[in-house]
Amino acid sequence: MLLDMAASAYDSRTALGREADGMSYDSLRRTVAGGAGLIRASAAGSVAFIGLNGPAFPSLLMASAVAGVPFSPLNYRLSTDGLAELLARLDRPLVVVDEAFEHAVGDRDRVMAVGAWLSAAREAPEAPTADVADEDCAVLLFTSGTTGRPKGVVLRHENLVSYVIGTVEFASADPDEAVLVSVPPYHVAAVGSALTNLYAGRRMVYLPNFDPAAWLDIVAREGVTGAMVVPTMLARIVDELGETPAQVPTLRSIAYGGARMPATVLERALGLFPAAGFVNAYGLTETSSTIAVLTPEDHREALGSDDPAVRARLTSAGRPVPGIDVEVRGDDGRPVAGGEPGELWVRGPQVSGVYEGIGSVLDADGWFPTRDRVRVDSAGYLFIEGRADDTIIRGGENVAPAEIEDVLIRHPALRDAAVVGVPDEEWGERIVAAVVPYEGATADADEIRAFVRARLRGSRTPDDVVIRDSLPYTPTGKLLRREIVADLSSPAAVHTSERM
Amino acid sequence: MQLKIGARYRSQVCQTEIIVVRPLPGEADLTCGGHPVVDLKETPAAGLSLKEGEDAGNALGKRYTDASGTLELLVTKPGQGTLALGGEPLVLKEAKPLPASD
Repeated sequence: MLLDMAASAYDSRTALGREADGMSYDSLRRTVAGGAGLIRASAAGSVAFIGLNGPAFPSLLMASAVAGVPFSPLNYRLSTDGLAELLARLDRPLVVVDEAFEHAVGDRDRVMAVGAWLSAAREAPEAPTADVADEDCAVLLFTSGTTGRPKGVVLRHENLVSYVIGTVEFASADPDEAVLVSVPPYHVAAVGSALTNLYAGRRMVYLPNFDPAAWLDIVAREGVTGAMVVPTMLARIVDELGETPAQVPTLRSIAYGGARMPATVLERALGLFPAAGFVNAYGLTETSSTIAVLTPEDHREALGSDDPAVRARLTSAGRPVPGIDVEVRGDDGRPVAGGEPGELWVRGPQVSGVYEGIGSVLDADGWFPTRDRVRVDSAGYLFIEGRADDTIIRGGENVAPAEIEDVLIRHPALRDAAVVGVPDEEWGERIVAAVVPYEGATADADEIRAFVRARLRGSRTPDDVVIRDSLPYTPTGKLLRREIVADLSSPAAVHTSERM
Repeated sequence: MQLKIGARYRSQVCQTEIIVVRPLPGEADLTCGGHPVVDLKETPAAGLSLKEGEDAGNALGKRYTDASGTLELLVTKPGQGTLALGGEPLVLKEAKPLPASD
């Protein structure tokens, strides 16, 4: 339905790829209809995609929907065993794979190379749209599994359609608009961007292997007007630019999300891209991408304000999008009083909350527990304090790592910082800060502890400070706290850590 | 009929197709071109035609709302009929687009 609307309105406008030789909406519609025919002919019960992000992704996403089977983009970085485990959880999948990863798929039925799939789809007989129910699974996304076995998140047709029509105006993009996509296909933002940008009529350009210089180059060369990045990407872009503002006159919008953005990176980026509007998008896989946005106007207002409460909104995730209700609940499960921290629960038609093999985790009234610890200010802005599971309980007191990390990142010698809880006999958990100094800078553990103590309550002062060359992140910018804790708990770590 | 969020309907007398973005509570007398809209999968009744004065048409991808501003429909396929609730034509809803976020 969404693509039919787009194809009927834009026909010859370029949908995907470069202006010079990209795919038009009309040709995308033809590829999707033929691709659906291929899927039906293969008698597959689902479609899996193992490859880099590119024009094949939206065609597969939509062809699967037309054919009426779930689409599941898998992490191409997984091992052969990891991929086999996920493929075994799918119903008779047609596996479409980049040539580079064919070896990881092994010998099985229904495997096609991406190039072959695209050319066959252009020629195949068009399939009519299958009769799918609104509650049927459209996309099955596996979570990154940073805390265990990957969970399969079921996004139903009704969730994705609600997300698109709830947050995007049809045909709202000017004909010259182009978005640069650099998230991998297995990230919910890849699904979101394919649907929302094609619906809005915005050309999509892909950068499959992120590199900051290549990103800046493609923005300039392709006249890119908008881009979405995860915080680790923006950090590398501002490092690449140094002190020189970016020469990208066409770029009017930079959206960021997927993990917490360090305030120092955002402030530098605002200075280096003075003409661009910044958008903080907060969402989860389970909520069909974005559920709250901090708009460009919010950024500008916060930057220009003398009121500390307004200024602080620069680090907020903004306000909920239409159709999303939010509630902050305390440890007793009851809504907290205004401004107090608690767990964020959300409700709305775009929220799935359904896992493959587990079922729905929504409560009786349709609320989904995000497991994110948040507080909401008087104007309704959400401040994400981190995952509820990451909360450190030291001597019976709850400590949000983000509160300490926000202070550490302001230390002039530090480029990056993570705070974790490590088991401790006396306190239950003790607070450990793993910090990364700038190249050439020296960081002194005692001095860093004093820096935090001067700015936060004493119970927030890290018990230990350890110096690291870098911190572990997933390719989509999520900090791997579990690895930091494991590293600190190993016997070798004791000698390198600075015990206080 | 009882309108449900995400439900899709079609006109019996023109090409119009719609999806419900925000429903009204209770019974709703929703028409297009002067005749009740039907479920997208239903076949229109035979012999109906666009009623006079019910041919203002509607536009693809636009949102329409009633006088109270409660009901919200989105046109997924445009047609010549006028969308109306209880005989009152629906009006085009002004969009307040959010910034692109992914």
